[in-house]
Amino acid sequence: MGDDHTDRDHTDHTDGGHVDGNALAGDLREIFAVDLTAATGRCTGCGHRGSVAALRVYRNAPGLVARCPHCEEVVLRLVRGRDRAWLDLRGTVSLEIPLPS
Amino acid sequence: MAIVSPGFSGRRRSPDAQLPPGQYLAEDFPVLTAGPTPRVPTDRWQFTVGTEAGQQHTWSWQQLIELPAEKITTDIHCVTKWSKLGTRWKGVSLDVLLEDVETAADFALVHSYGGYTTNLPLEDLLDGQAWVAYRYDDEELTPEHGGPARLLVPHLYFWKSAKWVRGIRLLLEDEPGFWESAGYHDYGDPWREQRYQGD
Ligand SMILES: [Zn+2]
Repeated sequence: MGDDHTDRDHTDHTDGGHVDGNALAGDLREIFAVDLTAATGRCTGCGHRGSVAALRVYRNAPGLVARCPHCEEVVLRLVRGRDRAWLDLRGTVSLEIPLPS
Repeated sequence: MAIVSPGFSGRRRSPDAQLPPGQYLAEDFPVLTAGPTPRVPTDRWQFTVGTEAGQQHTWSWQQLIELPAEKITTDIHCVTKWSKLGTRWKGVSLDVLLEDVETAADFALVHSYGGYTTNLPLEDLLDGQAWVAYRYDDEELTPEHGGPARLLVPHLYFWKSAKWVRGIRLLLEDEPGFWESAGYHDYGDPWREQRYQGD
């Protein structure tokens, strides 16, 4: 993965280019103690259930924007400031997070 | 405020005096996008201003390009820290589009094809500060850069200059847009470095 957010502005300059949800791993790991890319989320737009890793992530943007692969609605947004991050999950009905039993 | 330092020999004269704090000069024109690029044919394109009283003013593409247009040369500043100097555009001033719109609103929520939104005070759209731009560098505005038409509000960070602009809702109360509701500053003045909430 490497340090994705330092070169975010200079990569994927293709038209509408997106990468998969694994690109969220580093930034989400800073906030959550578990790897959320393994979680299963449900989209508020269409009800589609899928893993966070399967989201379409647009990162040539002021923040990370993860969209549903089924309906393209925004499922998750993550903005990093200098000393804060904003996580917006309004496009997510719920996240099912696997835990060690 | 321009303090010109001679710098090291062989280094180009710094453009810093022209750049807001924390910005660097971009030679290319980076394409930023929060989603798939909408492709809106001009025969289906419309621009709608809706007032707080529920009135709608709509322009077709043909009506837009028949309005008096201006050529604008301006610096632009993206919150991701690149700035581009002397960009050249053509578009219709919001003063023209809002001329016959009766409103008591203080705020505007701009919305785009593709679902993007951004908010700003109505007064920042007036008095020669904002345009619906449809040409860039003497060419049609490409979809990557927001064509067929985008908002151009160059005195604020460029996320306010909504690509693929579709309309403006005039509001009595401020309503945060896409980035403004996810940590970015409500106003976004690059010269005061208003990047994030609380800046
Ligand atoms: Zn969906």
